[in-house]
Amino acid sequence: MSDVVICLFSNAGYDRAAQGLVGAGRRLADALGARLQAVVLGPQNPELSIRAASIADAVVAADQPGLAEYQPEPCLAVLTQICRELAPRAVLLSNDTYSQELAPRLAHRLGGSAAGDGVELAVENGALRVKRSVYGGKAIATIELLRTPAVVWLRARAFEVAEGARPASIATVRGSSLSVPAETPTRIIERKSEATGEARLEDAAIIVSGGRGLGGPEPFKDLQEVAGLLGGQTAASRAACDSGWCPPSWQVGQTGKKVAPGLYLAVAIRGASQHMAGISDAKNIAAINIDADAPIFKHCRFGIVEDYKKVVPLLKERLAAMQK
Amino acid sequence: MRWHYKHFISSKTRKAIVNIIVCLKQILDPEVPARDFRVDHDRREAVRGSANLVTNIFCENALETALQLKERSGGRITALIFGPEEAEDSLRKALAMKADEAVLVVNDGVAHPDPLAVAQALAAAVRRIGAYDLVLVGRESGDWGMGQTGGLLAEELGLPCVSFVDAIEAGGSGLLLKRQTDNGWERVDAKPPMVATITNNEFNVPRIPKTRDIMMSSRQPIAKWTLDELGVDAAAIRAGGGYSRVVELAIPEKEVTCEFVSGDTLEQKVDQLAQRIMEIARAL
Ligand SMILES: Cc1cc2nc3c(=O)[nH]c(=O)nc-3n(C[C@H](O)[C@H](O)[C@H](O)COP(=O)(O)OP(=O)(O)OC[C@H]3O[C@@H](n4cnc5c(N)ncnc54)[C@H](O)[C@@H]3O)c2cc1C
Ligand SMILES: Nc1ncnc2c1ncn2[C@@H]1O[C@H](COP(=O)(O)O)[C@@H](O)[C@H]1O
Repeated sequence: MSDVVICLFSNAGYDRAAQGLVGAGRRLADALGARLQAVVLGPQNPELSIRAASIADAVVAADQPGLAEYQPEPCLAVLTQICRELAPRAVLLSNDTYSQELAPRLAHRLGGSAAGDGVELAVENGALRVKRSVYGGKAIATIELLRTPAVVWLRARAFEVAEGARPASIATVRGSSLSVPAETPTRIIERKSEATGEARLEDAAIIVSGGRGLGGPEPFKDLQEVAGLLGGQTAASRAACDSGWCPPSWQVGQTGKKVAPGLYLAVAIRGASQHMAGISDAKNIAAINIDADAPIFKHCRFGIVEDYKKVVPLLKERLAAMQK
Repeated sequence: MRWHYKHFISSKTRKAIVNIIVCLKQILDPEVPARDFRVDHDRREAVRGSANLVTNIFCENALETALQLKERSGGRITALIFGPEEAEDSLRKALAMKADEAVLVVNDGVAHPDPLAVAQALAAAVRRIGAYDLVLVGRESGDWGMGQTGGLLAEELGLPCVSFVDAIEAGGSGLLLKRQTDNGWERVDAKPPMVATITNNEFNVPRIPKTRDIMMSSRQPIAKWTLDELGVDAAAIRAGGGYSRVVELAIPEKEVTCEFVSGDTLEQKVDQLAQRIMEIARAL
């Protein structure tokens, strides 16, 4: 009972989340004097496996046909089998949809304890402690996990990556060694992406985000133009998403995307703590808001107190001119 | 820009009775602004002060999703809370929104039991309620936001679980669910019984109960069950459970001073704004 397991999805590749997760796993394993085992679920992804293997002590690639695409019950069943075999002390996952869906159930099946959305990990008297934001970002709590294994999903993108040059040791488990349930009561039958650009919002260097104060869907086109001029992406507050002005996948916040851009420009967003909980890793926050007392300004490097309707067209003009 | 919801919920949904249990949590009003928010470091809890207690928003999104499903397919909706006596208010509101029944499992132990203790109490109550096809919970609570109750409850009940669902209709093998993913959505075919965790979208914004229904709800019965009558380890749950514990709760320090762009005219101000934005953009 001493290994640290990290769970990666081969379809997601070696993105910033995977890198942060491998880094977090490496440092935790070192702190515990444990081995780091990387479990990769899904079809063979040599790049991911080799990169992970250069940092982890071993990589277990589970690429059964039944795991070609994520399905909740088969993935949970396989991950449980692999973890039972490895009998880890801790299992770390990222905070993507699938990991969040699996983690508490995995903890239950393994007789362990889970905690999520971790921003920091520590070991205290042999027990794993997870720091996470609570009360909509207004407070930060340290949670101690009382059972083993500790199953933790992390804001993986915010964790430092690790350098590695270990000899790769990749074990592929397939065939009869794992049983993937074929008949399951739930089945994903259709998948749709509404991504706006090439890059993921989580990896965007610049984000221009709109809130309820925009008053409708049309102004989002202007924000997209501003974002385009800066090579950035567009996002929104929950209030704007709930109003149907943009897709739910644009939502930033406690229950939306956790982003970490170099610049987050909030347009007509009040700055509720639950929204700010999604941008705590942004390097610079700026705002356009008509209300000088809006809480968003408490988090801003700079801002302008004005009606966005007057500011945005001029801003577009100026930015376009500056590009030349 | 309406995406797929309208299309997802087809008008000729098959008539299929779906009995639903919706788990609700009563929490400290999450709208309390940060400047008024205090924590009790010793008890590791938020200080209530003059703040209201409200139903967690995702639980109301779940109830709204259940009500819409019932309106199309028929069935009964039971609202379930594991909480203190004052959580009755949240159940009354659920009845006013037109849930059919309400059950309060009285929590006479610590205020915030760990997620497994909560799931065990809820699972016992779900079993006692009996005939159900679907158990709905919120994706996470607005106070501790553990985001675990759905998954743990499913495991306690030995049921499948789908997370981040925002629309449900009868069809397919029983239920068709739409759920949000990191960059879009997925459609899931499911054979009940099952658990689903609900997230928000523009179509499950909770309805405002009618005044008449609010008045009626005050006279409707609420079943009250004790932990002792549910066949759970009541003492362990009262003590908070043995899954996880909060060892520290603090308010993060954050001091940033906002520099408001200056200038005599709007043009000058926006010019400054554009320059500051460009400076950062070029440095990235
Ligand atoms: C459990 C929970 C989870 C939540 N999760 C999230 C989340 O993940 N993400 C999220 O965003 N929210 C979340 N919320 C909701 C959050 O509490 C706020 O309600 C929401 O963020 C408000 O969005 P908003 O700032 O766009 O709207 P509002 O609060 O309505 O603010 C609008 C702003 O626009 C400004 N404005 C109006 N007109 C103009 C104009 N013409 N020009 C310039 N400015 C103008 C106003 O001054 C105001 O500041 C959550 C809430 C709960 C309870
Ligand atoms: N004490 C409770 N009683 C009823 N439902 C609860 C309780 N605690 C959590 N839930 C449900 O679980 C969801 C997620 O809560 P959590 O796992 O605490 O973030 C909530 O939205 C509720 O639907």
